[in-house]
Amino acid sequence: MADDMQIDLGVEKVTKKFKDFTAVKAVSFEVEQGRFFSILGPSGCGKTTLLRMIAGLAEPDNGRITIRGLNMAGIPPNKRPANLVFQHLALFPMMNVADNIAFGLQRRGEKKATVFKKVSAILERVDLPGFEKKKIHELSGGQKQRVAIARCLVLEPAVLLLDEPLGALDLKLREQMKVELKKLQAKVGTTFVYITHDQSEALVMSDQVAVMNKGHFEQLDTPKNLYNRPATPFVARFVGDNNIWSGHIRDRDNNTCRFETPDGNVFHISGDQPWRNGAAVDLFLRPEAMIIQPDPAHTGLNRFEAHIRSLLFDGANSRIIATPKNSDRELLVALPQNRQHDDLCPGDIVEIGWDKSSGICFATETETSP
Amino acid sequence: MTQHRKWGLFFFLTPVLLWLTLLIVLPHIDLLRMSFILETDTGETEWRLSNYASFFKEPIYWLTFVRTAIYSIIVTLLTLVVALPVSFFITKVARPGTRGFLMLLILLPFWVSELVRVYGWMILLRESGVINHFLLKLGILDQPVEMLYNDAAMILGLVYTSMLFMVVPLVSVLESLDDSLIEAAYDLGADMGTIVFKIIVPHATPGIVSGAIVVFMLTLGNYLTPNLMGGKNSLWFTEQIYNQFIASFNWNQGAAFGFLLLLLSSGIVWLGLKLSGQTLGKVVR
Repeated sequence: MADDMQIDLGVEKVTKKFKDFTAVKAVSFEVEQGRFFSILGPSGCGKTTLLRMIAGLAEPDNGRITIRGLNMAGIPPNKRPANLVFQHLALFPMMNVADNIAFGLQRRGEKKATVFKKVSAILERVDLPGFEKKKIHELSGGQKQRVAIARCLVLEPAVLLLDEPLGALDLKLREQMKVELKKLQAKVGTTFVYITHDQSEALVMSDQVAVMNKGHFEQLDTPKNLYNRPATPFVARFVGDNNIWSGHIRDRDNNTCRFETPDGNVFHISGDQPWRNGAAVDLFLRPEAMIIQPDPAHTGLNRFEAHIRSLLFDGANSRIIATPKNSDRELLVALPQNRQHDDLCPGDIVEIGWDKSSGICFATETETSP
Repeated sequence: MTQHRKWGLFFFLTPVLLWLTLLIVLPHIDLLRMSFILETDTGETEWRLSNYASFFKEPIYWLTFVRTAIYSIIVTLLTLVVALPVSFFITKVARPGTRGFLMLLILLPFWVSELVRVYGWMILLRESGVINHFLLKLGILDQPVEMLYNDAAMILGLVYTSMLFMVVPLVSVLESLDDSLIEAAYDLGADMGTIVFKIIVPHATPGIVSGAIVVFMLTLGNYLTPNLMGGKNSLWFTEQIYNQFIASFNWNQGAAFGFLLLLLSSGIVWLGLKLSGQTLGKVVR
């Protein structure tokens, strides 16, 4: 399967330095044809620099970038088969929609009739038929978005690069554009490389996500694996929410090991994690992995009692803040809005349970950082 | 409250209104009146159009007039061609720290009077001047060449004098140009020429037009530079006006010339605005 897939974009050990600061540190990855690939990272992690190097707007100090097997070193952006959708879209305000989209085609010297046909075809594709004569300032945020993407797609690039294009939209529109963008990518089949700091955008749209931090990739995986099996504490913290609980490993055997917190809570975690007895670890536990008042018949759960400190109502994303008995550790626990827990109020004591496979441990931060 | 406002408005408006009426409007009305008056040899005055008629009858007058207009347009275009790359460098290429310093370098020559600047050029260009001296020393020339007192020297001086007034509006308009527009055009396959003519110039049009208007008017109304650096054949229309007022003491004729120059500059500015699709309100902003 993997052998007959064409590699559209190859990045090998690419490094970029700005004076003393290394923005991108020996990053390597490959993107297969037709994939939606995202690079997810906090601002300043080097993702924009990486994207600009692929587009040709910056040159790597080291390493190689190939598009469809061709080495891109020394090839200027206007000659590369990759196009970039800019963060603030960079639509040309002095031109109308049709001229914006035709800009690239005209630079290639295509005939007027062909340009006209292609422009109206791509506008149809992005659901803006008949918008040719509109001025840029007459468009709404979402329409501008689609024109910016159409302007690149009309050139049929090998790789379409997108630099956080949804960042400027309001929340509702962003949710909608996420789905639309995913659908559009499936329809046109172009390889997308998308960078964002919004984990939800990356998880919803992508086939593969690379989590980037301080110039290097922490993990490159499917969205599901990033969420369920984070490879590093950074990924565990950055993708989704997590409660972090420090403690030590005790009584390890093949199937389970015991995790003890300094305040005397004891849990069981699955034994497929490579910890020796006495290791100091941080337990990462997602709010949504914890069940409030679990079914007593359900064995094999870690259970503990906790005080409810406060209720954070946020619709489907509601949480409670709870502290385990005899501890000050505050935990975020998901509060499903299925009417089952409507009677909870601050001060109540509830039982909380979680499956031993949901808890993921990493060595305590102070040990790993040099 | 409204009473206060009225007084405030009156207080701040008075100097402007006094300035405009006493120094601009009234003299112009008087000049306009004068331009239609013919003074006969006996000292009587008559209302006539003869001052304007003599402008068209005498080729030297209207030829100078046309020459002045054409050369002013050429100077304006040359200033634009020189100032656009300079402004682009200052706003987009130079580091933010050096930007102020570069602007200061542009501004510096304007701290001395135009007369001093023109004499500076004369010292450089004249037959016994600095440039000739070095060209002779280097053996490129055997005979000193007179570089002053021709049209080229005059245009050089006028472009130099006008630079600042083109660079300032261009810098401010280019500062508002988003770098990503240039990068987007580059990414979509444009070469440098296309980026300049499709992206930078269209964006900078209001600045170009406002700079061009200022430079054109200053050049058209310039007296010193054409007089000192131009040759005998490089007559400027302002010199004709000066001659009428001072040499011939024919104020009526001079006033008519003055109004013709005013009409000319208004006409060409209007035409320029029409051609570039701009409005005066937009450009002045």
